[in-house]
Amino acid sequence: MTELLAVRDLTLGFRTDAGLARVLDGVNLTIDAGQVMGLVGESGCGKTTLARAVLGVLPRNAAEIAGGEIVFKGRDLLKFSPGALARDICGRAITFIPQDPYGSFNPVFTIGTQIMEIMKWKSPRRVTGHWSEHAPLLGPYPAERRRADMETVVALLDAVQLPQPAQILRKYPHELSGGQRQRLMIAMALLPEPDLVIADEPTTALDVTIQAQILGLIRRLANERNVAVLFTTHDLGTAYEICDAVTVMYAGQEVESAPTDRFFAAPAHPYTGKLLASLPRHDGEVAGIPGEVPNLVRPPGGCRFHPRCERASEACRSGKPPAEMLDPGHSVRCFHPVRPAA
Amino acid sequence: MAVWRQVLWKLLRDRATFLGASIILSLILAAILAPVLSPFPEDVFEFHTANRLRPPDGVNYFGTDRMGSDILSRLLFGARITITIALIAVGTAVAVGVPIGLVAGYYGAWPGDLLMRVSDIFLAIPQVVLAIAIAQTLGPSIENVILALSATYWPFWARLVYAETRSVKNEIFIESAIALGASPARVMILHILPNISSAIIVRTSIGMGATILTAAALGFLGLGAPPPAPEWGRMIAESRDFLPEAWWYATAPGLAIFLVVMGFNLLGDGLRDILDPRIRRAGGRND
Repeated sequence: MTELLAVRDLTLGFRTDAGLARVLDGVNLTIDAGQVMGLVGESGCGKTTLARAVLGVLPRNAAEIAGGEIVFKGRDLLKFSPGALARDICGRAITFIPQDPYGSFNPVFTIGTQIMEIMKWKSPRRVTGHWSEHAPLLGPYPAERRRADMETVVALLDAVQLPQPAQILRKYPHELSGGQRQRLMIAMALLPEPDLVIADEPTTALDVTIQAQILGLIRRLANERNVAVLFTTHDLGTAYEICDAVTVMYAGQEVESAPTDRFFAAPAHPYTGKLLASLPRHDGEVAGIPGEVPNLVRPPGGCRFHPRCERASEACRSGKPPAEMLDPGHSVRCFHPVRPAA
Repeated sequence: MAVWRQVLWKLLRDRATFLGASIILSLILAAILAPVLSPFPEDVFEFHTANRLRPPDGVNYFGTDRMGSDILSRLLFGARITITIALIAVGTAVAVGVPIGLVAGYYGAWPGDLLMRVSDIFLAIPQVVLAIAIAQTLGPSIENVILALSATYWPFWARLVYAETRSVKNEIFIESAIALGASPARVMILHILPNISSAIIVRTSIGMGATILTAAALGFLGLGAPPPAPEWGRMIAESRDFLPEAWWYATAPGLAIFLVVMGFNLLGDGLRDILDPRIRRAGGRND
């Protein structure tokens, strides 16, 4: 498989009153074409920040990118001009499914208006190099292309199992249910035929039955259309169900990355082990992880997990562990990884 | 557009709003049809001193003024001046205030602060006083009244749009649009503006009433259109010397001003309820 996205040593922080909070500290992440990658971690570990950095929607006045690169199809997104990024990457090659489908539609326009507006600019049929790319309020929308785009939209609404697409397109966002809106969001993310979809906890706002349907839908469509998905979640069960591979983040660093079956069968990082052990068991017992997520303004030196880790040694306190390849596709950042009993 | 049919329907069902809309519609019709409706159109600029100060009767429905002109005819032609002043002054204020508020609210930081502080300075001075000062300095004419009014009114729209923009710009759908590559201009004009347009429409309707009132005040003080223009505020000013005997002289233009201002306020109030689906009017008939 070819490498689609590679985040290398990305370091960025947010300016706060207490100082620079290093939200991402040398993060690495690779996604192959067509791969569903789960990005797992506790709240506040930097999952969403990483997803936003890839999308290019970090708040410009508060975020400071200190180093690293985001290589997408061989080109570093951080070196793109904002105009080129908006034209060629955002909404074209990379699209996203937001966390909250309730606020993600503009409440004053019908669904159809909003979808066709996206198609006007991001449709795979659009003509590139047209003058209107530089005057984005005025561009024409030829009727012929509009009709063809409309057919694509209706076909895709069918694919995300929304019945009666024509009626739905005429409705306003508040007239639809959360599940319907999230299906529309998935459809809208797939319409420009992207290479990568970033799904930021797309099922958190939905109830469990709808969650399962939406997850199945994302998985199926990603496979059918060979679209890679970066799927952030704090729910390991969700990750198990739909991901090809999982990357675990802790306090702004990736700690372990492995194919899903390896990840759940042989977790190597102590944090991963504790995370898996913290899943509620069938007898109702819940095992927490002692300690708390470290302060990102003054993070602990060395491995950021060492204050909560019983395997920690002097080496863990002084230096950041390098990434170690245990198996093809399975890397871990730990001086004392858990080795499966051979 | 189903929405507009719905808005129109609600507008017709709500008594107060309907009344306001009817008054405004009559004002516009009166202004357009003034030459047809007025019994003595030539009276606007001609004197008939023999007829001066006649009380209302079958010929002069609202009586005559000190020059012997028919007051009703002058009122109808005065509607044209009123509408011209209100439309141009408020239009200019909206055209200046809305973009300033939008840009300041969207970008924030120091350009936003600067723009808002400037509008604060304008708001700190009582509006009528500032308008009088400007109109007095430039001399009495309709153009100067319009200039004075728009110069003092734009901060109201800038403030309103600024506050609304600040609250809308953090919505997820704005972030989504940016993530899809929408430019700042596009986000402001196509995503934020439609979301705050109902607030602007309501403010504009109520602002029309306030503008007409201030314009009448300027006319009363002799700062409006020079005589013999049939300006409502000036008509009241002229009548002062003949009160209380010629009671009809001040009553007719006073009632006209009162009705028009009330009409715009009722319409603005009603539009607020109609355009904002979150507020359900308690007293009105609703299903």
